[in-house]
Amino acid sequence: MSIVINNVSKSFGSFQALQDIDLEIQTGELVALLGPSGSGKTSLLRIIAGLEYADEGSIYFGSDEITDISTKDRKVGFVFQHYALFRHMNVFDNIAYGLKVRPKSTRPGKKVIEKKVNELLQLVKLEELAKRYPAQLSGGQKQRVALARALAVEPKVLLLDEPFGALDAKVRKDLRRWLRNLHDEFNITSIFVTHDQEEALDVADRIVVMNDGRVEQIGSPEEVYEHPKNPFVYDFLGNVNLFHGRLENGKLSQGKAQFAVPGVQHEQDQKAVGYVRPHDITITKEESGQDSIKATITHIHVVGPIVHIELKRIDNDEFLEAEITKELYRTLGLQTNNNVYVKPSQLKVFFPDDYSI
Amino acid sequence: MAGNVPLQPNTAPASQKKTAASEPVWVRTILITISLVFLGLFLVLPLITIFIQAFDQGVKVYLAAITDPEAMSAIKLTLLVIVIAVPLNAIFGVAAAWAVSKFQFRGKNLLITIIDLPFAVSPVIAGLVFVLLFSTHGLFGEWLYAHDIKIIFAVPGIVLATIFVTLPFVARELIPLMQAQGTSEEEASLTLGANGWKTFWYVTIPNIKWGLLYGIILCNARAIGEFGAVSVVSGHIRGLTNTMPLHIEILYGEYQFAAAFAVATLMSILAIITLIIKSVLEWKTKKQFSN
Repeated sequence: MSIVINNVSKSFGSFQALQDIDLEIQTGELVALLGPSGSGKTSLLRIIAGLEYADEGSIYFGSDEITDISTKDRKVGFVFQHYALFRHMNVFDNIAYGLKVRPKSTRPGKKVIEKKVNELLQLVKLEELAKRYPAQLSGGQKQRVALARALAVEPKVLLLDEPFGALDAKVRKDLRRWLRNLHDEFNITSIFVTHDQEEALDVADRIVVMNDGRVEQIGSPEEVYEHPKNPFVYDFLGNVNLFHGRLENGKLSQGKAQFAVPGVQHEQDQKAVGYVRPHDITITKEESGQDSIKATITHIHVVGPIVHIELKRIDNDEFLEAEITKELYRTLGLQTNNNVYVKPSQLKVFFPDDYSI
Repeated sequence: MAGNVPLQPNTAPASQKKTAASEPVWVRTILITISLVFLGLFLVLPLITIFIQAFDQGVKVYLAAITDPEAMSAIKLTLLVIVIAVPLNAIFGVAAAWAVSKFQFRGKNLLITIIDLPFAVSPVIAGLVFVLLFSTHGLFGEWLYAHDIKIIFAVPGIVLATIFVTLPFVARELIPLMQAQGTSEEEASLTLGANGWKTFWYVTIPNIKWGLLYGIILCNARAIGEFGAVSVVSGHIRGLTNTMPLHIEILYGEYQFAAAFAVATLMSILAIITLIIKSVLEWKTKKQFSN
């Protein structure tokens, strides 16, 4: 079931939650709506589900316009951030609910429902917990029940609202993987909302980066990470170091230093800002070329296998952040207050006149 | 003589933990004693007195008092009023709590405040308002007279006054409960294909059933015992517009003390049964929440 969203806008009172959203989702895709709080991603998801109605615009499931159709007729599966399990029903009844409330004409028989529920319990590996009540389950178990419940009605579209937001890190990672595998097996068109860029990059086929009620960029995880369209997308998808300077003769220059800028076309010299990922900053003990910058190490954080190094540039007192492997860190024998040379690579250049950050 | 001063004041026994919230035994004893004496004096003693006084002139008089035709009609009228007022207020309470907790609309706070109005207004004033509206000299008096409808000094007036006075109970019980529960379970139900009605019956009601029952019991207890508002609108017509509280007042006014207390024991028994049901429900709700 493909989804087409045309020109959707929505405001709550004086707050504009969504502005002119255009989006197309192919059948069987797993799409992430990624953005900070207030970006409108949850509002968009709820509008697709029918839990809210758009002020303007239209939504199509396949070739049918469903803009004004009520939730119960849309055949969507919705998974809530805080599970929304029916607290007075046990796990079995929760999963069976969608089938039990069908009108008599389309309601499957008791045996059929039982079989289906048991299949789903096996799928989510909760067979032993069928008689338990939601209050007796852990967060991860609750979310799996919620997923089983949504899948029981065989929805054409699966919508997940920050499904792993309320879970701890290890469970989140496991369920993430599990969701991806589930999707690969059943191929239901799925949209999930998240503010965790790692999650989006890990799970999604395509990512829709949203900010302030608008779509900033749509693309595969690699596209939005390696080729961000604007500073917001770059900054949101990972940490960033800024190099303010001028783009002259095909290079970004900051006083004496000059950096190669792969793939940038420009005609005139103009003010530009170079964006560099911490892991694209190399640290050396000796100067090596016009793109080496002298800096002092201010902080060293060892976080598992990665070492985060905060540095202060000697020429303009700006701060930089670098990420190196523990191995390299040990080899170089770095310590706070050492003077080293840093070299940025993979610069992405944006022109401040085009964007207000 | 200072002979009882301990020689080693700093060595408290290890088992006696001094925390900020613990007070000496004598303070605890005094507080408990005060509470028990207060309860005993103001609650238990009057209750016991009712039963003692009711049988003061023997069992025959007691039975005669409660089987007296006027007493019987008072009992019947009280029951009739409950049967009408309580379900109506229960439906209103559920509807109001549903609206307040599931929807956003202008005037929500105003609605909640108005629901609390009957608590703020003296019951006598409430009764007076109905008289001003529906008596023959009242606002709607002429229209009612022309259509031969009697509200004041008749059963409808009593029912209306009781509804007004017991209006808030169910709503006040359900509004915070439903607000705390939120709307996500109902939304989940909709996404699974259930319509509004099914969602209400299968999801909302089971979640609020103990609160609803509790509110109904409070409403019921107050409706049985309402005096002030009913007294103003009823006209005290024996055999017709007297509820149990009004009947007791009449008996007492005619110095038929034993009879008055006899009818009072019936109301006390109802009150005690209500309290027992309330305790059982509280215990059950605690169990439900701790799950």
